Amino acid sequence: MEKILSVENLHVSFYSDGGEIAAVRGVSFDVNKGETLAIVGESGSGKSVTAKTLMKLLPKQNSIIKQGDVKYGGKNLVQLTNRDMEKLRGSEISMVFQDPMTSLNPTMTIGKQVMEGLKRHRTMSKKTAYTRTVELLELVGIPDPGERINQYPHQFSGGMRQRVVIAMALACNPKMLIADEPTTALDVTIQAQILELMKELQKKFQTAIILITHDLGVVANMAQRVAVMYAGEIMESGTLDEIFYQPKHPYTWGLLSSMPKLHADRSLPLTPIPGTPPDLSHLPEGCPFAPRCQYALKVCHQYEPGKTKVSTTHTVSCWLEDERAPKVKKPEGIGGMQRGRQSKIAGS
Amino acid sequence: MADKVKLLEVNRLKKYFHAGKKKVLKAVDDVSFYVYKGETLGLVGESGCGKSTVGRTIINLYKATSGNVIYDGMNVQQKLSVRDLKKYKKKMQMIFQDPYSSLNPRMTVAEIIAEGIDNHAPGISRERKMEKVYQLLELVGLHSSHANRYPHEFSGGQRQRIGIARALAVEPEFIIADEPIAALDVSIQAQIVNLLRELQRGKQLTYLFIAHDLSMVKHISDRVAVMYLGQLVELSGSEKLYANPLHPYTKALLSAVPLPDPDLERTRERIILKGDVPNPLHPPCGCRFRTRCPEAKAICAEAAPEWRETERDHFVACHIYSACW
Ligand SMILES: Nc1ncnc2c1ncn2[C@@H]1O[C@H](COP(=O)(O)OP(=O)(O)O)[C@@H](O)[C@H]1O
Ligand SMILES: Nc1ncnc2c1ncn2[C@@H]1O[C@H](COP(=O)(O)OP(=O)(O)O)[C@@H](O)[C@H]1O
Ligand code: SF4
Ligand code: SF4
Ligand SMILES: [Mg+2]
Ligand SMILES: [Mg+2]
Repeated sequence: MEKILSVENLHVSFYSDGGEIAAVRGVSFDVNKGETLAIVGESGSGKSVTAKTLMKLLPKQNSIIKQGDVKYGGKNLVQLTNRDMEKLRGSEISMVFQDPMTSLNPTMTIGKQVMEGLKRHRTMSKKTAYTRTVELLELVGIPDPGERINQYPHQFSGGMRQRVVIAMALACNPKMLIADEPTTALDVTIQAQILELMKELQKKFQTAIILITHDLGVVANMAQRVAVMYAGEIMESGTLDEIFYQPKHPYTWGLLSSMPKLHADRSLPLTPIPGTPPDLSHLPEGCPFAPRCQYALKVCHQYEPGKTKVSTTHTVSCWLEDERAPKVKKPEGIGGMQRGRQSKIAGS
Repeated sequence: MADKVKLLEVNRLKKYFHAGKKKVLKAVDDVSFYVYKGETLGLVGESGCGKSTVGRTIINLYKATSGNVIYDGMNVQQKLSVRDLKKYKKKMQMIFQDPYSSLNPRMTVAEIIAEGIDNHAPGISRERKMEKVYQLLELVGLHSSHANRYPHEFSGGQRQRIGIARALAVEPEFIIADEPIAALDVSIQAQIVNLLRELQRGKQLTYLFIAHDLSMVKHISDRVAVMYLGQLVELSGSEKLYANPLHPYTKALLSAVPLPDPDLERTRERIILKGDVPNPLHPPCGCRFRTRCPEAKAICAEAAPEWRETERDHFVACHIYSACW
């Protein structure tokens, strides 16, 4: 495995009238060539802020990177000048957002926008750029690309726009794609198309993907590794199977058991996580999940847990992993519920 | 179950919108179904297929273009007397996706809920009313101390609880929940869904639950109706629909849902539909799904399939299940 990006102890805050919002607090992870790392968590947990930090897209007026490094190809992106980052953006690292219109100009034809992206990073003749644009649109599944190239974004459906954005993101064959909820605004049949497309293109170009999502189904479909975020921190990270079949963190347990399973008995009630995520400008002492955690110990309300490595790939931040803590078994019904059991569902 | 009573019957309901010169958008086009008393009927389909329009027409926010809505024996799309209309409106309430935009930001929570109580029981004493407000707040998992706060002081999940309390203040029998959890986080969605289920049991409520999240719909619904481009394509008991979908669109929809189980995801064969939902102003002739249907045949362009009950409580509109296939 070739490590291409490594984030170390990242801290990002915002300043508002209400004081400091500690949006990202000590986040670390690596991304390997050609793999998909999913960052999953509820809204406000700091996923987008993490992504924007990597891309240097944080709003200048009220944000600050308080600490941490983002290492990529021998450089520390945190210290890069905006001009150097500009060169990297699009050519080496690209980003796709939930709303494709974030990346599209409504007053410019689709073709012109893709061509401009191409020419920004490489010198090429108009004719080559045109041919390459048609190829790219075809690659991402736009029907009649020769015709659609002259149309404007409003003439495209949501799914088609997201395809165009993916074409633009991949135009220069970047090593890494950051996709922030790329299918959240799409209908489920269109989501299936886009996820399939992303996997296909990833295989073809060996692109590493950081996939940000709140949907554990999408994670299970796309990722090889997973980081679970809560209140600006990574609570647990591991391989896909470790997170889904041997989860160790009460928050991961909570997420998994609050989801209904399409293939499970509907008479079983869901187990929600009580309460709501903490206010990031008034964080509690200790573990940020403690106010909602049914396993919380006294120590959890006073001190933050350290990171425990449960395998070479699996890390957990929870006091329950401390050898002095009482042994707790993960709740019934999650972690390998389906393992070894035949289940009949549509499409399997 | 011989004692199932149809509380709501929707017969050949159409709701057309005028969309510019001579253009007609058939948002709901000949839809028929019924809801049994005390059950939850789920209504699913992709955005723009007409789910909200069905809900809004049932609750009389829209006048139907044609067709009937019969509630507890009363045809409510006909001209009702003021008294009957009032009676009908009390029996039915709607819960919306975005509780914030449906809650008046200048009213306190108590005032919002009290409005419903006034509607239901005009002339109630102030004391009794506040007592009821507190009861309702507790019932939906809030505290009586929340009564004097304003909607913006609450999280999304709490606002949805306020929306539910407001709906319950009228003591309705039937609740149309239009994507009530779509804007909430997973862990909060489960809180609200459990609350809706408890309330249903405690108060014998009947639900029409509109959503696009098929896993959640299956969890909450006794029966599920699937909609595509203004029409129903399939309706059946929820376990049955998921285990044995008949309509090609239902099959594709179910197979598109990513499941939070890596083993399953690795082994599943997905039906990936081609293309987008067609423009509702120009739906395809014949079967509206035919442009994306993996099983379409010549007849599908010639004639629209009929809405048929293939077995008790299992309806489907597809030529595969009719004699002319
Ligand atoms: N531009 C901003 N100004 C102030 N606060 C912000 C800004 N962007 C994000 N935040 C705060 O940072 C926290 C994390 O946000 P975000 O990373 O967007 O969460 P998510 O996990 O949903 O992507 C939130 O509490 C949010 O309010
Ligand atoms: N008030 C309206 N006027 C005109 N067209 C409408 C109106 N409401 C909905 N529509 C159209 O009717 C169709 C169905 O909409 P809707 O019922 O909101 O779908 P859903 O709730 O399934 O997303 C869409 O094409 C929508 O644009
Ligand atoms: S550290 Fe304590 S409060 Fe935090 S998740 Fe673990 S047990 Fe729960
Ligand atoms: S009627 Fe034809 S086109 Fe429509 S769903 Fe059935 S097979 Fe497909
Ligand atoms: Mg985000
Ligand atoms: Mg709707």
